[in-house]
Amino acid sequence: MVKLTIDSKVVEVPEGTTILDAAKSAQIKIPTLCHHPDLPPTAACGICIVKVGNRMVRSCCTPVAEGMEVITRDPDIIEARRTVLKLTLSKHPNECLTCLKNETCELRKLSADFGIRDTEFANITPSKEEMPLDDSTKSIVLDPRKCILCGRCVEVCQNVQNVWALSMLKRGINTHISPAADNKLGDSPCIKCGQCTAHCPTGALTERDDTQYVWSLLQDPEKYCVVQIAPAVRVAIGEAFGYKPGEITTGKIYAALRRLGFNAVFDTNFGADVTIMEEGSEFIERFVNGKGALPLITSCCPAWVDYMEKYFSDMIPHFSSCKSPHEIVGALAKTYYADKVNVPTEKMRVISIMPCTAKKFEILRSEEMFSSGFQDVDVSLTTRELARMIKQAGIDFVNLPEEEADSPLGSYTGAGTVFGFSGGVMEAALRTVHAVVTGKEMPEDALEVKPILGLDKGIKEMTMDLNGKEVRIAVAHGIGHVQALLEKVREAEQKGEEPPYHFIEVMACQGGCVGGGGQPLGVTDEIRKARMEGLMKDDRGSKQRCSHLNPDVKKLYDEFLGKPLSERSHHLLHTSYQKRELYKK
Amino acid sequence: MVELSQEQIEKLKALGRTQKENLIKLGEEFKEKVKNYKASIYTCNATSCHSGGAASVLDAFRESLTAAGLEADVRVVCTGCMGLCASGPLARVEIKGKKAVLYQHVTPDMARVIVSEHVVPALKTEGEVKTSDYLKKQELSLDLPFFTKQRKIVLRLLGHSDPEDLGEYIANGGYQGLMKALTMKPEEVLEIIKKSGLRGRGGGGFPTGTKWEMLSKSPLVDGEKFMICNGDEGDPGAYMDSCILGGGSHAVLEGMMIGAYATGATSGWFYIRAEYPLAIQRMELAIKQAKRYGILGRNIFGTDFNFMADIRYGAGAFVCGEETALMSSVEGKRGTPRPRPPFPTQKGLFDKPTAINNVETLANVGPIMVNGPEWFSEVGTATSKGTKVFAITGKVKHSGLVEVPMGTTVGEMVNDIGGGTSSGKPFKAVQTGGPSGGVIPASELHMPLCYEELKKIGSMMGSGGMIVMDQDDSMVEIAKFYLGFTVDESCGKCAPCRIGGYQMLQLMKKIADGKGTKADVAKIKEIGNAMKKASLCGLGQTAPNPVLSTMKFFKNEYDALLIDGNEPDEENTEKQVKACNINTKK
Repeated sequence: MVKLTIDSKVVEVPEGTTILDAAKSAQIKIPTLCHHPDLPPTAACGICIVKVGNRMVRSCCTPVAEGMEVITRDPDIIEARRTVLKLTLSKHPNECLTCLKNETCELRKLSADFGIRDTEFANITPSKEEMPLDDSTKSIVLDPRKCILCGRCVEVCQNVQNVWALSMLKRGINTHISPAADNKLGDSPCIKCGQCTAHCPTGALTERDDTQYVWSLLQDPEKYCVVQIAPAVRVAIGEAFGYKPGEITTGKIYAALRRLGFNAVFDTNFGADVTIMEEGSEFIERFVNGKGALPLITSCCPAWVDYMEKYFSDMIPHFSSCKSPHEIVGALAKTYYADKVNVPTEKMRVISIMPCTAKKFEILRSEEMFSSGFQDVDVSLTTRELARMIKQAGIDFVNLPEEEADSPLGSYTGAGTVFGFSGGVMEAALRTVHAVVTGKEMPEDALEVKPILGLDKGIKEMTMDLNGKEVRIAVAHGIGHVQALLEKVREAEQKGEEPPYHFIEVMACQGGCVGGGGQPLGVTDEIRKARMEGLMKDDRGSKQRCSHLNPDVKKLYDEFLGKPLSERSHHLLHTSYQKRELYKK
Repeated sequence: MVELSQEQIEKLKALGRTQKENLIKLGEEFKEKVKNYKASIYTCNATSCHSGGAASVLDAFRESLTAAGLEADVRVVCTGCMGLCASGPLARVEIKGKKAVLYQHVTPDMARVIVSEHVVPALKTEGEVKTSDYLKKQELSLDLPFFTKQRKIVLRLLGHSDPEDLGEYIANGGYQGLMKALTMKPEEVLEIIKKSGLRGRGGGGFPTGTKWEMLSKSPLVDGEKFMICNGDEGDPGAYMDSCILGGGSHAVLEGMMIGAYATGATSGWFYIRAEYPLAIQRMELAIKQAKRYGILGRNIFGTDFNFMADIRYGAGAFVCGEETALMSSVEGKRGTPRPRPPFPTQKGLFDKPTAINNVETLANVGPIMVNGPEWFSEVGTATSKGTKVFAITGKVKHSGLVEVPMGTTVGEMVNDIGGGTSSGKPFKAVQTGGPSGGVIPASELHMPLCYEELKKIGSMMGSGGMIVMDQDDSMVEIAKFYLGFTVDESCGKCAPCRIGGYQMLQLMKKIADGKGTKADVAKIKEIGNAMKKASLCGLGQTAPNPVLSTMKFFKNEYDALLIDGNEPDEENTEKQVKACNINTKK
């Protein structure tokens, strides 16, 4: 431990703590625009300066030292901070009123805190013509004019996610973020995970806003609008309405969606249960019956799929062909459900509420996304977008009564809900695989597969006994960790050795979908953990905790699909993959 | 590094001992060889003289000596910078037993005349040689204060030897410092460097011994620890490192190797900007020769010391002279500074402990090892020891490369060494420390040049660029020029430097155009203050210096340009606006 004084308060913190974090423990919040608890300091913004003796240092990247005397606030420091803030504002458009991030913008908040009334320096923001925005992907919009070059997106894209779509280009006043050689995001290695949007302090990187389109669908009496919510949405959207992270608001979300005008409210968790039926069967085919390549790798994360197609296309044979849960619900809504309610498919629209920006891209990623004869999912909104719609509609979310989802695509088991965090897909699959292979349900106390849950490690490994045969399992979250894992698989394959794993789960975002790129902003590990625990609670409170025990799923197979991996299943619920170039030529 | 068996190591050590003997022999052979020469002609081939046509001068000397049948009697040497660049191409004729004669502005035609009128008669006839008025006019007195006031440690072999001849370097005491160091314990070597008081010559003035001690205390990471030589000189008007590397690359390599031995570093990198082809070529040659003679490699000179060195080219970004940005650049990344701590000596290149030293710093190390720390620390002031190389340029009669004892006054530099202003008009100020530095006005001519004094006045030692200005130069224009340079060269990473510099430049342009107000001056000061305090690296922290220091010493020039300045003087304003451009020779 290191002892130091911060503004005359004695503080004791572990060695290696930064001044910024040490100050936090003394209830002092040092302002910053570039620091993010998820990321190593980039030291770019120059706001967090403090005095150590008569030296000014950046508190975000200066470790504490024994006996250090830190001053975080004096006229000198405040003056310098104000000037830097005014300078930053002088190269930022005054478009706060119409900015998507106006409520959540860290620059705007800091300016408010500092009482900046006049930036004094000439505004030198380039015009929209000089610096056009990049809306070349279906998921993410980059408006370089609003960028303050904090470097968070570059850090998260390169060093956390290992995608290397974003980088800093040019220098001096012309410095800007962009894919290499000023390519558009759509022509870059971008996998649309949206972690850049989740970390951007301003409106420079945002999700593509599809709410206006959804409003137009809802207001069209000719359209029959079906909605579904992803597992991780229910434990996060509350944050936009004052709930603590992790609080389960499923019933209120269903109620709000009805009030918004959706004709049917379904749950993606149902699709997750179906996914397990299909993917679990795939695993049994490969592992027990020896048909197909091992390891089997999960495919419900579209950012991961995009990454694999770009960086590891040799892994295609290992990929589960099963679609992601919301695509399954989309395909089933436009076939199975449309028949039931007798709605012509061309009139039906399926809207997904997802914690994810990549889902916006997924809905058009291949022709298999049109398995119903129409686009299976028409719009994918992020959690953030739905929160805005609820607010715009004037719905008093907090005081809403709890409602139930509609039948038949609205019921779910605990296995469906755990899809929302890292390790959950594997856990859900193991519950069903165990039952099918051994003929016995997993004992209650074994349902939670502890070694593959949690945030502590990027790659979580374990082995499990399945009827006397050892199953080697790996779970990766945060796509930056995947490379090492896949290289191991590749190496074994090249040497003709036994595969290091039999079953691998990958989620592109840290912590899985609870930390998704479309979730409410300001995410930290603490929040990820709270959301994860919320989903675990949802699982524990479920009547059924295994996908194959979902009565509606059973009914679906009895009435419509036949059995997992049937021809109809293949047609509606499965997809294929292809190698994609990092940059379009 | 590959693990070797004890037997293999013993073999290598035996080889190393032989190589050391061979190297000493090489020096003896050189001495033997030059004994037979009756005269030597040294032609400067550093960048300035080279661009003045020195290569054809060299050819002309060789051809006419051959024609006169003297090729075996006269040694023609293509040498490093002789210093008085303004008068280049330079050639010095040394006839054995006679006083050397230095010729300026030498052309191939003149070279032929020098041979026919000076060299041939001197070697073929007895008695005094009388050259024509034409040649007499081109003679430069070696008694000029420009030469006599210098004290050369780093530049001692430049202009006096063939930088490509390893034998000559050895004959002149080269690698003696390394050989001596290798007989000592590393901590003893550290002690010598610490005792000498040598400080970083790149600008900051950090004590070299302390830096090396820090590196020596950092454990190896994956069996590695690095030395880097910072040759990314980029200040307008500065070309010290270029000449030191081009004219004496072995001395820099030797300095690095002594540092490596003292600190336990396993390999070294020379980061040299790609715009310095001669420096690169000579360093490549030095490394090649060093490998061939066993100076670099395993079990050097039969000891347990192993070391390798290589070159990395800088792509010309000024900020890459900043040590953390430099390391990013060597790693193949975008050259932007990183926060410190961790310091490079803890976590540097590829996250391994690294010491980064300037070219001139390293060139001082060999002589210190040979002559002892007291010999070095006798020169200079109480806190700034030894000598400093300056590139004195601008409106000064004798512009060029000089090495003077620390503590030499500004007045001695400008008036004695520089010979006063080239225009003959009154001296106004001198800019030191390049774009990070500030101006020293005429009132401070008594100021000794050393780290502390320069800092006190709002400038800095910098790498040694020195630009002299006379009364015609507008200080507002000078400040605007330097600020424009740093704004162009800002890496763009941190807001205070990126936006602050740019905004300040716009305000400076406004003032220079005669449209500025007092409020603009206040804004400039506000931005300057924030940049100094909140910029991440030295570039941003010091970028406002030229502006702030001219504002301090030449407030009247700013006032005269302001719309609402103090008692605007019509005539003066006009004169200021027509300010002339400064000489920014690189």
